[in-house]
Amino acid sequence: MINFKYFVKGFISVRGIDSPALALGASLIAIGAIYKNLGFSFQESFLSTLFTYALPGQVVMAESMLVGASLFNIFIAVWLVNTRLYPMTVSLMPLMMHESQPRWKYYLFSHFVAVSAWLIMKSNYEKIKKENRIDYWFGIGTATISIAILSTIIGYLISDYLNKDMLIGLAIVNPIYFMCMMIGSMKSVQISLSIIFGALLGPSFYFISPEWCILYGGFISGTIAFFIGEKK
Amino acid sequence: MTTSIALVIVVTSVATYLSRFLGVLSSEKIKETSKIYRWFNCLAYSTLAALIARMMIFPSGALIEVDYSIRIIVLIASILIFYLGKKNLVYPTVFSAIMLYFLSILL
Repeated sequence: MINFKYFVKGFISVRGIDSPALALGASLIAIGAIYKNLGFSFQESFLSTLFTYALPGQVVMAESMLVGASLFNIFIAVWLVNTRLYPMTVSLMPLMMHESQPRWKYYLFSHFVAVSAWLIMKSNYEKIKKENRIDYWFGIGTATISIAILSTIIGYLISDYLNKDMLIGLAIVNPIYFMCMMIGSMKSVQISLSIIFGALLGPSFYFISPEWCILYGGFISGTIAFFIGEKK
Repeated sequence: MTTSIALVIVVTSVATYLSRFLGVLSSEKIKETSKIYRWFNCLAYSTLAALIARMMIFPSGALIEVDYSIRIIVLIASILIFYLGKKNLVYPTVFSAIMLYFLSILL
């Protein structure tokens, strides 16, 4: 059912000194500490990372709880910030779909679509034969979600020892790491322009709508980059 | 577990999985060589870049405490270090935390 060889191959692809484990771990330690302060139990913080596994959504959830937002409003806010997972999934799954593999694997393992696993898969998939990619992806996803859960637990347990300066340090690591990783993946005109326009337009649209800026900015930048790249 | 926290976790997880689920559903009909695939690929990179840039410029949480000029200096310096360090990811990442710490004390 699962080709173990490729699972392991994917699992160990997150090791190494420049692994996203560093950035992923740092920000989820911070989330663990936030959960503790919000009054989550140990199991609740663990399960939240296991079932959601998308950092910005977890941050939005925590912030909404702090201001006492309704369940409906939490749903909308989280859905909005995590809608980016839709184009991310669509730009990943066709690379892995193979008729020899059962459909359920794609629906179940789509849970691992998040920036760290996604960027690792995008830079490694060509090395793996198409029919084995979904098992390889399962390995990457299992490794990254394990790091995320473990870091949440660590953050929860050490929250009393984390001061403001340490939390600021943990918070900067994530965007810097992923911004550099994205710059590293600029290998075609389309992707490079998508990243540059997205980074400029996303924050610009914040002045029009803080909630929708990522989607507006992302949609317009990606579409312009696509047409420029196609014309070339 | 208190019901309210458990419910919030369920709602958050469903709201998140929804986009992943719809993504797989749409992928069933999309070939990786098609134009529409390339368009989605652009959208994925651009929304991710938009999100990360927003996290730096209009952050939520701990980074709000840091002045925006410091955040932008750290971002630009980290990207420079990334290029100078032959695209090694460790240098800019470690450096960003150290630099942020010292700049916050000095400025």
